[in-house]
Amino acid sequence: MMDLKEAICELIRLTSTDLPAGVEKRLREAANREEPGSAARLAMDTILANVDMARKNSTPICQDTGTPIFFVHYPSGMDTGALTAQIRSAVELATQRSTLRPNAVHSLTGKNSGNNLGNDTFPTIHYTAIKEDTLTIDLMLKGGGCENVGAQYSLPDTSLDAARDLDGVRKAVLDAVHRAQGDGCAPGFLGVAIGGDRDTAYAASKEVLLRDLDGRNPDETLNQLESRLTQDANEMGIGPMGFGGKTTVLGTRITCLYRLPASYFVTISYMCWAYRRRKMTLTAGQVTYE
Amino acid sequence: MTIELRTPITDDAIRSLKVGDTVLLSGVVVTARDAAHKWLADAFIHPLQPPSPQEQATLKELKAVLDRGVIFHCGPVVTGLDTRQYRIVAAGPTTSMREEPYQADVIRLFNLKGVIGKGGMGQKTLDALHASPAVYFHAIGGAAAVIAQTVTEVLRVHLLELGVPEAMWVIHVERLPVVVTMDSHKRSLHDQVRAQSRRALDRLLK
Ligand code: SF4
Repeated sequence: MMDLKEAICELIRLTSTDLPAGVEKRLREAANREEPGSAARLAMDTILANVDMARKNSTPICQDTGTPIFFVHYPSGMDTGALTAQIRSAVELATQRSTLRPNAVHSLTGKNSGNNLGNDTFPTIHYTAIKEDTLTIDLMLKGGGCENVGAQYSLPDTSLDAARDLDGVRKAVLDAVHRAQGDGCAPGFLGVAIGGDRDTAYAASKEVLLRDLDGRNPDETLNQLESRLTQDANEMGIGPMGFGGKTTVLGTRITCLYRLPASYFVTISYMCWAYRRRKMTLTAGQVTYE
Repeated sequence: MTIELRTPITDDAIRSLKVGDTVLLSGVVVTARDAAHKWLADAFIHPLQPPSPQEQATLKELKAVLDRGVIFHCGPVVTGLDTRQYRIVAAGPTTSMREEPYQADVIRLFNLKGVIGKGGMGQKTLDALHASPAVYFHAIGGAAAVIAQTVTEVLRVHLLELGVPEAMWVIHVERLPVVVTMDSHKRSLHDQVRAQSRRALDRLLK
């Protein structure tokens, strides 16, 4: 197998330092909606200056470089054990180069491993085998502040008057946005999974955040719910950083999973404004990034 | 209008600040997050055993820079660890609420005039801000590169054995952009926004 350590290290560098253009565009639009001189505007202007500077200097956009989450689609038959080893050494190398902050902490001793490696679960790697002869690696850096405000609801939820239907889903998601206030570094993005069990739902609520920002949900009902949720969330006026303001949520993505008859989970992953995700593709020995 | 402040900060300057004010902060600040706060609490605030001479020496040095000074909830990315030519390359705020159990005591221990972080803090800290007086400065979460660029010098590092993010970095900043979200008059912008967004949520849930 080809040595991809440097190529993956470059994927990590791009993700950590260079925010995707589509995300930046939404941030710029949000900045222009806030009152000049307001705390919300100061927040947005600082964020935009920060995005610029990180790209120029090739430094991390946010000091919390988060949990590196890799979604790998590999040509079936490929040796994923070898790929895992390469991903892990690329993470270690990126940490040495200060593209990533050492972020893996032992839960009992509190000791930081210093190299972003911990057991088999840090970093997170999801594998899916595909028929094509192309390897794609999507990387998302998921910060702790926004991860902490993620939430899972089990419907029906009488305190919210939320039944097992799409209006119940809407109520659960809005409650989660209210609870989060600015703590997930608003303005952010919502990844929502309907159904599943507790663990598949959280994974799916993150993976759905990889979907094209400007694309439509193939399911028209969910497509409408996505727009409605973004609009309703912004009506709460929580604003950038929770300072109060017009934009709290920049976009919503929903996915649907099968569930047990007895369960109806609504799972929300909150992604902060530093929505760091990049893709690397390897075809015929050629590596490209987007 | 944006207000310019420099550490050490006077009580009068603190009392004149109110929630929603935008501030450019300059002078010495010290980073401290979970492990540092826990260490301060265990070694000096509720000690089970007397602090070691080394711990006492560290406290003395910290007191010299934190009297009327400012603490920053931040776990930075730092280069130059091998040569000790430290440079802060990323330095955004971290969630402050985790320090709520300790913050009031730490404000008193050092006579702090400000705490920089994100997300705001609870009633115990709000009361301590009133008593001190001091304020809570909300930095822009995730704006690590912009904030790192306001760091003009790394003066010292304490507790590096806790790891880079948890160590206490004594840094000099120039014009760090922050918003006052908890003032010394017991007002909290977080409480105001929470209450107002709660009313909107109730309407939306109908
Ligand atoms: S929530 Fe996001 S922007 Fe905020 S500190 Fe964490 S990683 Fe950075």
